Amino acid sequence: MSKIDAKIPQGALAEKWSNYKAHQKLVNPANKRRLDIIVVGTGLAGASAAASLGEMGFNVLNFCIQDSPRRAHSIAAQGGINAAKNYPNDGDSVYRLFYDTIKGGDYRAREANVYRLAEVSNSIIDQCVAQGVPFAREYGGLLDNRSFGGAQVSRTFYAKGQTGQQLLLGAYSALSRQISKGSVKMYTRYEMLDVVIIEGRARGIIARNLVTGEIERFFAHAVVIGTGGYGNTFFLSTNAMGSNGSVAMQAYKKGAYFANPCFAQIHPTCIPVHGEFQSKLTLMSESLRNDGRIWVPKKKEDAEAIRAGKLKPTDLKEEDRDYYLERRYPAFGNLVPRDVASRAAKERCDAGFGINSTGLAVYLDFSDAINRLGKHVVEEKYGNLFQMYEKIVDENPYETPMMIYPAIHYTMGGIWVDYELQTSIPGLFAIGEANFSDHGANRLGASALMQGLADGYFVLPYTIQNYLADQIQVPRISTDAPEFAEAEKAVEDKIQKLMNIKGKRSVDSLHKELGLVMWDFVGMARNKEGLEAALVKIKAIRKKFWSDVFIPGSGDLQNTELEKALRVADFIEIGYLMALDGLNREESCGGHFREEYQTEDGEALRRDDKFSYAACWKYAGENQDPELIKEPLDYEFVVRQQRNYKS
Amino acid sequence: MEKTINIKLKIWRQKNAKAKGAFEIYKLDNISTDTSFLEMLDILNEQLVSERKEPIVFDHDCREGICGMCSLYINGHPHGPDTEVTTCQLHMRKFRDGETIIVEPWRSRAFPVIQDLMVNRNAYDQIIQAGGYVSVNTGGVPDANAIAISKPNADEAMDAASCIGCGACAAACKNGSAMLFVAAKVSQLALLPQGKVEAATRAKAMIAKMDELGFGNCTNTGACEAECPKKVSITHIARLNREFLCAKLKD
Repeated sequence: MSKIDAKIPQGALAEKWSNYKAHQKLVNPANKRRLDIIVVGTGLAGASAAASLGEMGFNVLNFCIQDSPRRAHSIAAQGGINAAKNYPNDGDSVYRLFYDTIKGGDYRAREANVYRLAEVSNSIIDQCVAQGVPFAREYGGLLDNRSFGGAQVSRTFYAKGQTGQQLLLGAYSALSRQISKGSVKMYTRYEMLDVVIIEGRARGIIARNLVTGEIERFFAHAVVIGTGGYGNTFFLSTNAMGSNGSVAMQAYKKGAYFANPCFAQIHPTCIPVHGEFQSKLTLMSESLRNDGRIWVPKKKEDAEAIRAGKLKPTDLKEEDRDYYLERRYPAFGNLVPRDVASRAAKERCDAGFGINSTGLAVYLDFSDAINRLGKHVVEEKYGNLFQMYEKIVDENPYETPMMIYPAIHYTMGGIWVDYELQTSIPGLFAIGEANFSDHGANRLGASALMQGLADGYFVLPYTIQNYLADQIQVPRISTDAPEFAEAEKAVEDKIQKLMNIKGKRSVDSLHKELGLVMWDFVGMARNKEGLEAALVKIKAIRKKFWSDVFIPGSGDLQNTELEKALRVADFIEIGYLMALDGLNREESCGGHFREEYQTEDGEALRRDDKFSYAACWKYAGENQDPELIKEPLDYEFVVRQQRNYKS
Repeated sequence: MEKTINIKLKIWRQKNAKAKGAFEIYKLDNISTDTSFLEMLDILNEQLVSERKEPIVFDHDCREGICGMCSLYINGHPHGPDTEVTTCQLHMRKFRDGETIIVEPWRSRAFPVIQDLMVNRNAYDQIIQAGGYVSVNTGGVPDANAIAISKPNADEAMDAASCIGCGACAAACKNGSAMLFVAAKVSQLALLPQGKVEAATRAKAMIAKMDELGFGNCTNTGACEAECPKKVSITHIARLNREFLCAKLKD
């Protein structure tokens, strides 16, 4: 059995990171110039890492699949970014941010990592302001904060409803500066297709130029993966169309562990699916639940009449409405955490009370808030979201309640990394959503931006030096080396194999089929029987894909269908891994709900005695189940509790 | 209730940057008016693939109007006939049953076609690389609240910063000018004390790069503002001109 070492520094919780930095190895300026680092991805984590490493003097190669580094999906984050500044003087501290994050993750994250995250959170805000990020301000000219779920303090910094955009543009501008200085070489419209391992260390990548179709080789002393999450395994998600988990799969197949794949977050307030040709789901910010009340009809016949278009929601009397969150969770009402709100919506729709022509939606009603506060106040708070909703659904949410339904939003699982953000392959690092490290089984709102930038600006630029300090004697390896040739050949063979299938099924149709299996059996509520069925169904889809997919065009030219096919081949493997991990984890925690493990009231039942570990999966070969390695999660500093939202 | 329409599409097809392009005509029936424009193209592509033909290539990613990746000149308008939306948020309910819809790539000298409806917007990245940043390294910066910034200035900077870099402004401009894009960044940073230090060099460097890359000049037509999906105002161009003039006078 393989052993696992998270390399957590000794000492008191608050001193671990300082101790690490005080004793780690560094690389002197002259040697930095002789060391190459590949960074894959230009989201918050990738762009901030590439820019910071470039500033330090390393020779950086940065890759992205889009036409510009500014397009990465971090740009779509709406709400805000957490930091323990305590500017509002409401009792916040590094410890409190750490504690809320650990608890929000249902005690399935590493204490040392999360504490470090909370510790560097304040530097992120300083950095972004220095770059010219236009955060919201008070009339006195100082920064404004707002509150978010899972916290009793206001610690969220924001820039309108476009915080992700502004933070990403900040990192992008820092990156642009390094590109102009020549310390970062930018490769846009390039897709990484494999990592090259030489003598057990990551030494480069194989990438496809998406415009010419050419396969190219790139050497580096270390490779950093910042390619985001794998939510698109479900086909429909709030992720961008191009978001994918392929780089994670390549690393996994080369020996990097994949940790907690079943931890995926389902966001309760998204615009519902309207038809079979829908391509993605749009998020409506969590903040709406501050003033909106969620309900479905009390009587089935009313729900049926609404679905048939014979009845309007505004026709329904107050006593005929079921405000089910307020009914079930009197203490928290509409503001229960994301996982709880999502499951409750599914429960009502499954029972036949759903609305919209599909029956898969519930109402989010603002009429009370409009009566209480006036339309203009509601407009001031949520105007841009209401406009977006109206553009998409063509209904005025000021007059008729919004329709919402849960959707896959974020994946907490990912590539396993140690305290240094290094994977189980020496020289291969993973940052941001691509790794598994900080959110446990559930991520709190406004924490994804914090983690991406923490990793990229303030953690990786330190820890990677501890690795590179030993590499200064290693000369640049020629990409003519046999390991490069071999990796390139494998990629070319895979593409050729796909092109030669010439079957009858389009890539999208198979991806949708996979998505439905994932949603039905590996979605909001899971059970043993369903997960076992999912494994069988995913195997069948894998077989269908590799025997019946059709990709038009040529493999050695620009080919968008081929790009999708390569990603879907990996989504099938990730889907399998998610089901396998979900089956293994016989407990309910955070975003992972096993129906067999719930309290009498239907709430998640964690089993700390058996499952207080990170499940790390080690690849064992094609069509074989991977090996499970457990990284125990020892809670030294925090006492674990069961979550309660009723009283 | 769900409505469907039948449409005819005239779409620009071009094999690669050097090939000669041409319009091709496609018919699509029973398109739900709740479908987004790009989902309609997905349906068309699915149909083309089922006929074993090559699908139409177009840029798209987030499909929620923020990444700036989608483009398309639809019936003579960048991002189509609706206002304040990108193509990905345009819906088929904005079109009539039986309508012919003309779809072209951005037409601008500085944005060459790569294939079909996909263009190369690298020029915008190059303009930012010329000076669209504050020269500050990671770490060693003052506390975020050390400098107070008046709320109106911060809000106006935010409005300028909401530019998504999609290229609609240059595509809409009869001169092919990138002034609104350049102005948005110059203005955002000039409004903030952090960016003030380099304001003059920034304005000069970005304008010089814009000229070098083949963008045209601004003649205050205002088409950019009218077509901008994020409603970035041309008052930022006035601020850019002021910054540029002051910088030149100091030389």
